[in-house]
Amino acid sequence: MSALVLAEHDGGVLSAATLATVTAAAALGGPVHVLVAGGDDAAGVADAAAAIAGVEKVLVAQDAAYGAQLAENVAPLIAGLMDGYDAFLAPATTTGKNIAPRVAALLDVMQVSEIISVEGPKTFTRPIYAGNAVATVQSSDARLVITVRTTTFDKAAATGGSATVEAVSGPGDAGLSSFVGLEASRSERPELTSAGIIVSGGRALKDAETFSQIITPLADKLGAAIGASRAAVDAGYISNDYQVGQTGKIVAPDLYIAVGISGAIQHLAGMKDSKVIVAINKDPDAPIFQIADLGLVADLFQAVPELTGKL
Amino acid sequence: MKILVPVKRVIDYNLKPRVKADGSGVDLTNIKMSMNPFDEIAVEEAIRLREKGAASEIVAVSIGPAKAQETLRTALAMGADRAILVETDDQVEPLAVARILKAIADEEAPGMVLMGKQAIDDDCNQTGQMLAALMGRPQGTFASLVAIEGDHVSVTREVDGGLETVKLALPAVVTTDLRLNEPRYASLPNIMKAKKKPLDVKSPADYGVDTTPRLTTLKVEEPPVRQAGEVVGSVDELVTKLKAMGAVA
Ligand SMILES: Cc1cc2nc3c(=O)[nH]c(=O)nc-3n(C[C@H](O)[C@H](O)[C@H](O)COP(=O)(O)OP(=O)(O)OC[C@H]3O[C@@H](n4cnc5c(N)ncnc54)[C@H](O)[C@@H]3O)c2cc1C
Repeated sequence: MSALVLAEHDGGVLSAATLATVTAAAALGGPVHVLVAGGDDAAGVADAAAAIAGVEKVLVAQDAAYGAQLAENVAPLIAGLMDGYDAFLAPATTTGKNIAPRVAALLDVMQVSEIISVEGPKTFTRPIYAGNAVATVQSSDARLVITVRTTTFDKAAATGGSATVEAVSGPGDAGLSSFVGLEASRSERPELTSAGIIVSGGRALKDAETFSQIITPLADKLGAAIGASRAAVDAGYISNDYQVGQTGKIVAPDLYIAVGISGAIQHLAGMKDSKVIVAINKDPDAPIFQIADLGLVADLFQAVPELTGKL
Repeated sequence: MKILVPVKRVIDYNLKPRVKADGSGVDLTNIKMSMNPFDEIAVEEAIRLREKGAASEIVAVSIGPAKAQETLRTALAMGADRAILVETDDQVEPLAVARILKAIADEEAPGMVLMGKQAIDDDCNQTGQMLAALMGRPQGTFASLVAIEGDHVSVTREVDGGLETVKLALPAVVTTDLRLNEPRYASLPNIMKAKKKPLDVKSPADYGVDTTPRLTTLKVEEPPVRQAGEVVGSVDELVTKLKAMGAVA
């Protein structure tokens, strides 16, 4: 099965999610090509993609219309390239989730969303019901469109490959949509979805100031990324892109510290594959303790500063 | 402008689904079913657009069993004007749902289709994007802010890197994220009134759509259960254990 992978990139940098998607594509058993669609920085990203181990060819579509990854422009480009491939794969990031179903509909294919394993050329597993069940599904479509939960696949090596790079073009601007702006939350911290350690705060943190007073020093001490429950995001303690869960980010760090988070199924759906889970909560019956490796029943306003001091 | 709002009947989000012992799916017998939470947000947003004068009529659509009439009545009680049930007892996949919605959009000519970004049962997150592709119209997915500006709509999207704003030519498909609004509860008088609002019942065949699934579910299993670990008595013990596990330096 030959596969085309959509490269995800931002500011000229290829994302780690792309590397995991390449691994999933390689599991289909055929050659793996990567498509870099972008504006001025596409050429640099294409060089990075060409170095990924196991990638045979990189297609680069450089056009201002592809700069902001607008689905209306990028999906027809991909659909136009699919004659040569059996499968299209994109990471299940907000970019991939936006573009891939549009490609699927253009190709008359029923997409297989957020696969967590490849069981055969057309058989995959995927979580359903907020991860409370895992379905094994088999596609009967001639071609496949797949999004990949990137935390469950190892990242392909970013170096060692020497793919050929070929320029391609597509229909360009569909004239339906335009990019207005991105309010990016920049931080010096590790990125949430690829961090080794995450310190996550919930509703119990009271307000934005308290959240940062309690959570930030612990995260700093551990070199950790910061996460949050939806309740914390809704209450305005921190911005939306920190949300972990069914409808936020899916994370699987080596260590996840949940502070003042009750453990609703929608939150667990985003972090229960973490290697070690620590919960700090004053309620001994909080559901988070049912999945925590280490639980501490305590008032977080005392326990967390003490923990920060003792690490 | 007319707004089309597709709504899906799903397991109530407060309930923990149980997998059937024979591995054929999730057990939904005697389980409370509700409107998919994201769709509720879509209904609410449509009503707010009408309250602002940006929309004139709201048509709720559901594709599902006869019982999905209850879901449509909820949408009508919240404030939708009329409803269409495309009745089927089959499992209809997102692609076929998008095809049916496309056929309805051809008939109804809405200025906007407002729908949930994903259903909390299959967690597919596809239907809106597919519908937009089939209609040849733009899509504003994962919306946390929607503003009509003449013949365009400005949509602020919740993306991995923050908040992205795009401008789309109308008609457009917009899919809702959780922070777009907080849906209202239907009042008792409105629930009574909703019973009299028009609700058409159709079938997939009326729209010429074949709903044969493309994906076969071979089995459904419980995910591996994580064993609860231990409760520690103090911060000191926590630190010692974390170090022993090699989780911190
Ligand atoms: C469709 C849908 C999708 C959703 N998606 C997500 C998602 O992606 N991510 C997500 O997180 N949620 C999601 N939710 C929301 C989810 O259901 C919960 O409401 C949310 O996770 C609760 O957040 P919380 O644990 O911070 O708050 P709460 O449930 O209020 O828990 C706060 C906890 O803090 C503890 N506490 C209070 N004070 C202290 C103290 N001084 N010291 C120690 N502990 C203290 C309490 O005991 C309690 O356990 C979703 C909901 C819906 C309907």
